[in-house]
Amino acid sequence: MTTSSAVQLLREKICAASATHTSLRIRGGGSKDFYGGTLRGELLDTRTLEGIVDYEPTELVMTARAGTLLTEIESTLAANQQCLAFEPPYFSAQATLGGCVAAGLSGPRRAANGLYYGSIRDFLLGCRVLDGRGDELSFGGQVMKNVAGYDVARLMAGSLGTLGVLTEISLKVLPLPVATCTLQFSMAQAEAIQQLNRWAGLPLPITASVWFEERLTLRLEGAHAAVQSAVQRLGGSQMDALVAREFWQATRNHTADFFQSEASLWRLSVPAATPPLRCPSIASAGTAGHNAGQWIEWGGAQRWCYSDAPAAQLHALAQSVGGHAIRFRGPTQHRDAVVGALDPVLARVHRDLKQRFDPAGIFNPGRMFSDF
Amino acid sequence: MGAEALVGTLTQIDPARQRAVVEALRQHLPAHALLFRAEETRPYECDGLSAYRALPMVVALPETEAQVVAVLKTCHAMGVPVVPRGAGTGLSGGALPNSAGVLLGMAKFNRLLSIDPLSRIARVQPGVRNAAISEAAAPHGLYYAPDPSSQIACSIGGNIAENSGGVHCLKYGLTVNNVLRVRGYTMAGEPITFGSEALDAAGYDLLTLIIGSEGMLAVTVEATVRLVPRPQTAQVIMASFDTVETAGQAVAEVIAAGLIPAGLEMMDQPATRAVEEFVHAGYDLDAAAILLCESDGTPEEVAEEMTRMKAVLSQAGATQLRVSANEEERSRFWAGRKAAFPAVGRISPDYYCMDGTIPRKRLGEILRFIAEMEKKYDLRCPNVFHAGDGNLHPLILFDANEPDQLQRTEAFAAEVLEKCVALGGTITGEHGVGIEKINQMCTQFGAAELAVFRAVKRAFDPQELLNPGKNIPSLHRCAEYGQMHVRSAAVAFADIPRF
Ligand SMILES: Cc1cc2nc3c(=O)[nH]c(=O)nc-3n(C[C@H](O)[C@H](O)[C@H](O)COP(=O)(O)OP(=O)(O)OC[C@H]3O[C@@H](n4cnc5c(N)ncnc54)[C@H](O)[C@@H]3O)c2cc1C
Repeated sequence: MTTSSAVQLLREKICAASATHTSLRIRGGGSKDFYGGTLRGELLDTRTLEGIVDYEPTELVMTARAGTLLTEIESTLAANQQCLAFEPPYFSAQATLGGCVAAGLSGPRRAANGLYYGSIRDFLLGCRVLDGRGDELSFGGQVMKNVAGYDVARLMAGSLGTLGVLTEISLKVLPLPVATCTLQFSMAQAEAIQQLNRWAGLPLPITASVWFEERLTLRLEGAHAAVQSAVQRLGGSQMDALVAREFWQATRNHTADFFQSEASLWRLSVPAATPPLRCPSIASAGTAGHNAGQWIEWGGAQRWCYSDAPAAQLHALAQSVGGHAIRFRGPTQHRDAVVGALDPVLARVHRDLKQRFDPAGIFNPGRMFSDF
Repeated sequence: MGAEALVGTLTQIDPARQRAVVEALRQHLPAHALLFRAEETRPYECDGLSAYRALPMVVALPETEAQVVAVLKTCHAMGVPVVPRGAGTGLSGGALPNSAGVLLGMAKFNRLLSIDPLSRIARVQPGVRNAAISEAAAPHGLYYAPDPSSQIACSIGGNIAENSGGVHCLKYGLTVNNVLRVRGYTMAGEPITFGSEALDAAGYDLLTLIIGSEGMLAVTVEATVRLVPRPQTAQVIMASFDTVETAGQAVAEVIAAGLIPAGLEMMDQPATRAVEEFVHAGYDLDAAAILLCESDGTPEEVAEEMTRMKAVLSQAGATQLRVSANEEERSRFWAGRKAAFPAVGRISPDYYCMDGTIPRKRLGEILRFIAEMEKKYDLRCPNVFHAGDGNLHPLILFDANEPDQLQRTEAFAAEVLEKCVALGGTITGEHGVGIEKINQMCTQFGAAELAVFRAVKRAFDPQELLNPGKNIPSLHRCAEYGQMHVRSAAVAFADIPRF
């Protein structure tokens, strides 16, 4: 199928659904089907929108259709010694680029020091999107800098398909770091959080961190000289390169043991230097012993824990330190919309934006917000 | 650029209305914080784009948040437009006053509220100067990365409104990549917060909308910005080239080699000559173009990267390479680049700065096009260029006192911006649309996208009272511009067949 006919087909489905107020459940590879409120509506498969449209390594920009497999994107980049700096999680090999942008999730490198810093929205340069009227809109572009009009392209990152169906996406890409080394330290949580924040204030090529069970794992990436001098400065024990590689993959895709429980997994996004938080943990004391603890990434800014406490309690906990909480994954009877309550002014702005993009309210209802 | 472009300029200030608004604002603001006599409001009649001027009906200079809210609520209730203003260095007329409105000067919000070295954040009021943040963070080995050339003067509130960039953005990002949280008020005076001090916030990423919104969605009263460690050391190479094309190709080669310089800037010969006279930066004046290519990091890292950069640049045809020998020389090389606008301002009575962006590979093409336009309009145009980001700043030299020079300049600029769009780029990389490029928005976007922008505006400001008439053209305006455009194109390219 050609792209224009694939887009045309999607457009027809959207228009028909809008006319009959039929909900559509937008889906790429389904790798994040677990995420957000209960899935509702007729399936709208984006995988007909396939392929890399434009990629010139010297432009540091890749443009691809939304249904393109993330594996294809990353292997094409890797063949040119480039990468997606924000290390999007796959969760399954079926993950598509569109789903990755819509979910707005970023991996271990998100809080990197220096060049590699940033989430998917920081690297999103432009996109095309079919709105609820079936119009294909184009925002942003294929250039690094663009301030014409409001930055609606970046708004799409993390909007979970509620504003429209992404059809094409342009991302800023970066060279793969030439050198890497992973260090481990034995350290208590409070000390690790302090230490990570202190290190982040120094010109060290730290690109990822995990603290779990009294152990801090730190990844350095960059020029050979920079990594070497940081290794000397920081000490710790060096992890075998292959083991380290697997460790970061397992962190990125939640295949590490910690993430294997069926219980409710909460993601707390908090200011990095927040001291250890007491997560109301599982009353029935853990399926696996691991689940009692917290898995802390992004230099302290992203904390994972299992809890069966009422959602309101976790929301309140995160809010009390200036962050927010999301029930990231959980038993089917406990699927929450991604976003909890918003303050009234923000809630109104959200509703107005939704109304413009999707007047009939057909896209992914209940998945991101409980009320639309 | 047509009469409609001059928002407010053609409108006389209505004295009765002015009295009523001043009267209403006096309930909330002290007398010294309200200006309305022409001699007092004159300093606010334009921003850095001085070709557009209008006297505001009233200037309000609040000192407290409560006063900001009062101004907004009062104006909202009375249906009076409000135009926020920071330091007034904007280059697209974003802070151009409205003759029927209140200019809301945020300059008195100039306090640095806190610096937290452990969390690496600074909380600042919007009137704080960009450079002041880095100065205050310096004792902690930290700085605020985006460094517009105007950084000693421009405010962080203005930077947020414009999503400003600088010469180090290729590696360290733009304002949007370096601001965590913005707190402000909507036109109705309701409090609103965008983003958070965590790395993301719940809901849509509205922070990306407020950044670059040209003061049209909310008034910023506080921002939290990210501070990053100051690199231990930095060195810059000045590379000379025989032609601007080879210089452009060298930029691509640097990136192809997997290098991301901390800064990668280009200047053509007319620009280096203008600068040299003013700053004595030590530029190679015989080169058709020079590149400034910087590496920063640990001493070992910089040494490693400099070796690679020099090799790539030589390979790409550089006729001369000079590496900054010390910090003093490095600063001097950059001082020349950062002073490019004022330097050009000295060799010409007026200059007009463009801000188009193109995919890097189109550099040669756009430079040839600009050269053609110099002939066509009989105006000179030195070029400075954020080469690494593909962001051009051609500076058209003109004399506003000469009949029709401004018109020729604007037509020249319009053609270049439209060419940028045709080459896959955009009409503005960092200076914003404001009033200046509002017609070119019709070239860049279709009716459906413009309708979305308008809806975004209305989601925050349903009555369209906050900085109205900027950034987003009405469809009606685009239709008129389209007609105007077709007419002039028909004259210019009468011999080209149309399909
Ligand atoms: C010599 C020179 C060099 C420059 N170099 C660069 C450069 O390298 N990179 C670059 O990006 N720009 C550059 N600029 C442009 C300009 O400095 C930037 O756009 C800057 O961010 C404007 O800041 P300001 O405080 O002067 O804002 P103003 O000009 O006062 O206002 C700009 C916009 O911000 C809005 N605004 C201001 N404060 C607030 C607030 N508190 N709340 C809501 N809205 C607000 C205004 O309404 C207006 O739309 C340069 C300008 C000059 C004159």
